[in-house]
Amino acid sequence: MATPIKSPGHVAAPGQGGVGDSPLRPDGTLKVTGEFAYSSDLWMDGMLWGATLRSPHPRARILSVDIGPALATPGVHAVLTHEDVPGRKVYGLDHTEDQPVLAFGEVRHQGEPIALVAADHPEIARRALERIAIEWEVLTPITDPRAVIADPANLKVQERGGIARHQPVRVGDVEAARARADVVVSGEYQVGIQDQAFLGPESGLAVPNEAGGLDMYVSTQWMHNDLKQIAPCLGLAEEQIRMTLAGVGGAFGGREDLSMQIHAGLLALHTGKPVKMSYNRYESFFGHVHRHPADMRYEYGATADGRILYADVEIVLDGGAYTSATLNVTGNAASLGVGPYEIPNIRIDAYGVYTNNPPCGAMRGFGAVQACFAYESMMDKLAAACGISPVEVRRRNAVSQGSKLATGQVIESPAPLAEMLTRLEAMPMPAELDASDIRDLPGGASQTTHGEGVVRGVGYGVGIKNICFSEGFDDYSTARVRLEVIGGEATALVHTAAAEVGQGLVTLKAQIARTELGVQRVTIAPADNTVGDAGSSSASRQSYMTGGAVKTACEAVRARLLAMAERKLGRWLRSFGDLNVVGGKIVSRSQGVLATIEEVLGDEVIEETREYHHRPTTGMDPVTGQGASHTQLAICVHRAVVDVDVDLGLVKVVELAAVQDVGKILNRLSLEGQIHGGSAQGLGLAVMEEIVVSGGLVRNPSFTDYLIPTILDMPPMRLDIVENPDPDAPYGLRGAGEPPTLSSTPAIVAAVRDATGRALTRVPVRPEHIVA
Amino acid sequence: MDFLRPMSWADALAARAEHPGALPIQGGTDVMVEINFDVHRPDALLDLNPVRELAEWDTVDGRLRVGAGVPYVRVISELGDRLPGLAQASRTVGSPQIRNRGSVGGNLGAASPAGDSHPPLLAGDAVIEVESAARGVRMIPATEFYLGVKRNALEPDELIRAFWTDPAPGPQYFSKIGTRNAMVIAVCSFAIALHPAERRVGTGVGSAAPTPRRATAAEEFLAAELDWENRTPLAVSAAQRFGELVKEAASPIDDVRGTADYRRHALSVMARRTLTWAWNDYMGKSRKEAS
Repeated sequence: MATPIKSPGHVAAPGQGGVGDSPLRPDGTLKVTGEFAYSSDLWMDGMLWGATLRSPHPRARILSVDIGPALATPGVHAVLTHEDVPGRKVYGLDHTEDQPVLAFGEVRHQGEPIALVAADHPEIARRALERIAIEWEVLTPITDPRAVIADPANLKVQERGGIARHQPVRVGDVEAARARADVVVSGEYQVGIQDQAFLGPESGLAVPNEAGGLDMYVSTQWMHNDLKQIAPCLGLAEEQIRMTLAGVGGAFGGREDLSMQIHAGLLALHTGKPVKMSYNRYESFFGHVHRHPADMRYEYGATADGRILYADVEIVLDGGAYTSATLNVTGNAASLGVGPYEIPNIRIDAYGVYTNNPPCGAMRGFGAVQACFAYESMMDKLAAACGISPVEVRRRNAVSQGSKLATGQVIESPAPLAEMLTRLEAMPMPAELDASDIRDLPGGASQTTHGEGVVRGVGYGVGIKNICFSEGFDDYSTARVRLEVIGGEATALVHTAAAEVGQGLVTLKAQIARTELGVQRVTIAPADNTVGDAGSSSASRQSYMTGGAVKTACEAVRARLLAMAERKLGRWLRSFGDLNVVGGKIVSRSQGVLATIEEVLGDEVIEETREYHHRPTTGMDPVTGQGASHTQLAICVHRAVVDVDVDLGLVKVVELAAVQDVGKILNRLSLEGQIHGGSAQGLGLAVMEEIVVSGGLVRNPSFTDYLIPTILDMPPMRLDIVENPDPDAPYGLRGAGEPPTLSSTPAIVAAVRDATGRALTRVPVRPEHIVA
Repeated sequence: MDFLRPMSWADALAARAEHPGALPIQGGTDVMVEINFDVHRPDALLDLNPVRELAEWDTVDGRLRVGAGVPYVRVISELGDRLPGLAQASRTVGSPQIRNRGSVGGNLGAASPAGDSHPPLLAGDAVIEVESAARGVRMIPATEFYLGVKRNALEPDELIRAFWTDPAPGPQYFSKIGTRNAMVIAVCSFAIALHPAERRVGTGVGSAAPTPRRATAAEEFLAAELDWENRTPLAVSAAQRFGELVKEAASPIDDVRGTADYRRHALSVMARRTLTWAWNDYMGKSRKEAS
């Protein structure tokens, strides 16, 4: 049977580039020309199409389900409910298995899956769904997270109570500091629900294999963790399921949770046929978790010259009906709740709460985004109260290497925030408004102004993000590297299970192999589970972790190659231990070039597999929040320049400038793309992106009304990329994908405040907030 | 679902008469989205793309007759000088790909209150030419074409042939609120067209009532207020009053795209600004003629 996918791995990585160069991505041209096969393009002859019946209610009891008429529909091969789940009926991340594979007894959010259909054609499957009759007892949804905190024993969506996690942080004596403060500022801030808005819908293919197991082609961020959840629910051993990564059309955290994987597996096992599932855009809005909405109360006290004495903070994150990543998102909001500032007295209470609102989980920035909007808004408030500039107030309180975070964790590697702010402030400002082209004005081609009412504003934002998993998690990665001569040329094969989700890891893996092995030709094997766990493509961690694993495996291969060279070339060597491999040649420090890799290898094959672990972290103390809980910390700072039509409340972001410390630039082209993309996602949260929910129901599940920035909304960026290496990380790198997502949002809102004088305590900022 | 593909206008009218449940489709930028999402499930689609007449425009006795299938991209490139208001509205429709396919005829057929072409059609006194095999041609003024949310004056056996309008006799502007700077459905929109020979201003209000509509009281106010003869500058108070009257003409709702209050406010601002631009152009023309 031919493999149904063509993944980027089948494309030999082109270009000459090692680490530090910017070779083009092997999948780039295919994606730009529309030829890349995404998971929604999977096809196998004779396959069936799966479809999912979802709850129209945010909270209801299921009194009965009648699948008879659906099953009798011609062309329908199976109609399944929770009764057909052969194994565990629930799954979830981080050992919190509370998400039903298919609802039983009760539904807890709109769009919760209830039943599955497999049919010859997707249209038949959809018609059959309409014939499944359900009797409901509709219940009043629990939708107010603050009410849940006030009465968690009664307002509980989950048996364990209304609060998923309460993480306090306690440092010093807030009350005593309050008495000493010259200046006290406070604010309440809200963040709406942001969606990952990936373009590739949840989709995949499950194929029954000869051994009674399954071959699964899935679009995910973490194949091995999918497998850990899929196997027990299907009643299979993990060894019975072969996982292969299908083309992933973006993720941003939204593919950390399972979507259609178990469902397609159930249908495939039940029918004995390959089953494809692919959500449409509407369904996709119910098919994955979103960013937690937040409600936050902050109070800061400071000296008259703007040095913060205390922070008193409450952060409430609405996790929706199931746990997903809420525990860790809450932990991040707590540990990073006051940002990269030295504050001697801190009281933070971060809550992750269950409601019947849409389930929320991982999204780029992961709990740090919400807090960042609040603490940066507070910094501006403090600056105004003290009569100093927004940049200066940040510089005066900035952390640096050796500073302590709120958790007491010492920042051990460079963190030159004050210097980064100074560099940012010194960047040239964009040109003044040219009103002759309306596309450059707020409103753009919609022609709402020819310059009338347009006011320019400038704002700054700072963000700090943890890189890799935190709180004691050993999220290691595994790489297998094989070196052999193919067609007369030394060729490296790099094999990992790490998910390429668009971030460019396939490019980087080849760069590392070229650098470490001195070869030109590198092949990236498709990601699957015949190699060990690579951990998740999230937390900005794959360059660090899988990059580290590939580097370590390459070093092991290189050591064997050089040992082989010493053995074979021994009689000509004046001394041992001084060989290296450079530009495809075995080179001695004292004798120069001795042989080519091909001459040394001959027809032998060197293969090594290595695991890479980051330095261990600790948990957070449940009472004080103290602990060295993070692996690495990364800082980005933004300046936003906006033009606001103050009469209409329309915003044009004129320029975003950013300074980010990445430790070491591995691939400038990819890196700049990450910073542009992260900044754009932060821009979206600042001025347009929100899943609007009322009464537990989503009001805008489409790209018609869930707006993301277009090229006319995202301005050119001015970047200053700083390289202060982290001695603990491979090549000194610092994870780079998430930090810009944090700081662009508060910078833009600050700029809009600067232009309008409005308080703007909620994102996304809507026109009616500005003109109100 | 049947797919009907007449090759001529006569065949299209015959097919329409025979299959009153068939949904006409031109660019498909609206129809296909609704079908994909199962919002509508028509018995049949009546594909008007092969009917070449619909993709043509012409000038008849000084008036423009624009086929229902002329896509927005051609309204912009071929008619932008003669119908600037409609061309400005066309530029705000979706993306370049959508503007290649979408047409004013489709906008009229869907009759969404948010359709971008409606306000300039109203402001420019457009007349919609519809036809049936049984009764022939019927000319419906734009003001009488929109009956309710996504309801128009078309009989079940009629198809939209074209719209008629004069080449702009004076300055025209279109302005639309969206919460991003491109590819956005109108939160509300406004069109203005000066008719100097008639000493009159035409208006169109979009996305702020169950149907697109004119702001009649605002038009009447301006007809009396403006000094067409001497082209004297517009009084600020007159522009303000015009904005207020346009605002009063709307009956918007609160929805995910915006609040009713914001829509009313934004209409008053757009009305004031577009009037100012149009009147300044009119005065500028005066100066040019004088020199």
